[in-house]
Amino acid sequence: MSINTHNTHIVNGFAYHAPTSVAEATKLLDEHGVEASILAGGTDLVPKMKQAILKPKHVVNLKHIPELAGVREEAEQIRIGALTRLRDLERSIIVTEKLPLIHEAITAIGSVQIRNMATVGGNLCNASPAADSAQALVALGAKANIAGPKCERSIELESFFTGPGRTVLGRGELLASLTLPYPEEGSRGAFIKLGRTSLDLATVSIAVNAKMKKETVESIRVVMGAVAPTPLRLRNVEQSLAKKKLTVDAIEEAGKLVSESIKPITDIRGTAEYRRVASKGLAMEALTRILDGSRRDK
Amino acid sequence: MKITIRVNGKPRGFDVEPNTLLLNLVRDGMLLTGAKYGCGVGECGACTVLLDGESVLACMVLAFDADGRNVETIEGLGEYDSLHPIQEAYLEEGAVQCGFCTPGFVMSTKALLSEKSQPTETEIREYLKGNMCRCTGYVNIVRAVQSAAAKMKGPG
Ligand SMILES: Cc1cc2nc3c(=O)[nH]c(=O)nc-3n(C[C@H](O)[C@H](O)[C@H](O)COP(=O)(O)OP(=O)(O)OC[C@H]3O[C@@H](n4cnc5c(N)ncnc54)[C@H](O)[C@@H]3O)c2cc1C
Ligand code: FES
Ligand code: FES
Repeated sequence: MSINTHNTHIVNGFAYHAPTSVAEATKLLDEHGVEASILAGGTDLVPKMKQAILKPKHVVNLKHIPELAGVREEAEQIRIGALTRLRDLERSIIVTEKLPLIHEAITAIGSVQIRNMATVGGNLCNASPAADSAQALVALGAKANIAGPKCERSIELESFFTGPGRTVLGRGELLASLTLPYPEEGSRGAFIKLGRTSLDLATVSIAVNAKMKKETVESIRVVMGAVAPTPLRLRNVEQSLAKKKLTVDAIEEAGKLVSESIKPITDIRGTAEYRRVASKGLAMEALTRILDGSRRDK
Repeated sequence: MKITIRVNGKPRGFDVEPNTLLLNLVRDGMLLTGAKYGCGVGECGACTVLLDGESVLACMVLAFDADGRNVETIEGLGEYDSLHPIQEAYLEEGAVQCGFCTPGFVMSTKALLSEKSQPTETEIREYLKGNMCRCTGYVNIVRAVQSAAAKMKGPG
């Protein structure tokens, strides 16, 4: 092992598979079960393999399945392939024009090199409570489309995560795509992330998407990152804001409620107390940006 | 398994194991030691090479993922007596001290200038944030990128 003291190698060997269809991939995953790891961009998986935190006997590379990558407009929805690289996602015209909130969240991830490699599916399946794409996608009402050896299923992305590093994916299953409804007229979003450095995972983050009628909230989704075991949707805050005019007082009130509603922990990135105070500020800032935006629209 | 990679313009064949990383293949297999091993986990950018023109971290790319593709390293840019304008600019602006980070920075700069020929300072800092330098303090690096952009634009 001494050869790898500086993470220079993947010491353990593995069998490599590069399926070219979803059916072939799910069959392989089903066959090898817990001994197999899916490889997408590898920015989470490869460091774990180098540090021998994970020692898969089989690695199934999904990058040779063309149908899993890309952003497409369909009749009722926008589809984002799970293997879409973050850099392709942030540069997609469909995303910059119709889903600016996603653009904002994705460009906050890592560095250019990381985004050239990493995929959106990898970000979600790694299931870090701090994963930056998750809050924005949940705020926009994304569905996760899952392919398995026997059938396909679709669930709300919100219920995809079951804990840190854990998802609903069962044996043989993979995340195939995300589908999002076209944003309604008057939709506005804001994403804000606080990290220790610009390259770090979030210490606390927030994504808000609101349907505004002038300065009044018609409907709203508020999702926080890194304050709970999974991305956290704050339904009580959403309800308290619905049909309300966004005034300075209403925004202050909402910020307080956000801070009271989360159950943060203390870890290397920040203390629970810090997260509580910061989340109030983040929520107020996000709502203020939404208000400013809808004022500009008149 | 046998793979073929076009390295700095020349196709080359290699026989590699599934767990071979691109950086080890470049440094130990091809003896191109420009790209450096810094952290090994994606945080420092010293191992940056271009894969089909885009900057990636060779310390986290499986060699298999480079099969059939173009890999560009610092060695492909210029020679001692005919430096690339980006290399010239880094030297002239004092953007190189110990030099450990330089190959990574130069490759990131090449990718940046091919996407955007005249970036602003904010765009330069954002694009290069995945590259760490423990010596220069970054100011001279930003100047070097600006100067390289000007050189590559040419007069007028
Ligand atoms: C220096 C650095 C900085 C980073 N900064 C950030 C940051 O700011 N914000 C952030 O959110 N993340 C950050 N990350 C984490 C990481 O880059 C992202 O989570 C990235 O999106 C992971 O995608 P990937 O394609 O590389 O995943 P991989 O590493 O290939 O896979 C991640 C996990 O998901 C599984 N998986 C991948 N795709 C699928 C699929 N389609 N179906 C089922 N399972 C799948 C894999 O088996 C693996 O367990 C950073 C990482 C590094 C190294
Ligand atoms: S050695 Fe690859 S990023 Fe540090
Ligand atoms: S010049 Fe020494 S690390 Fe950058």
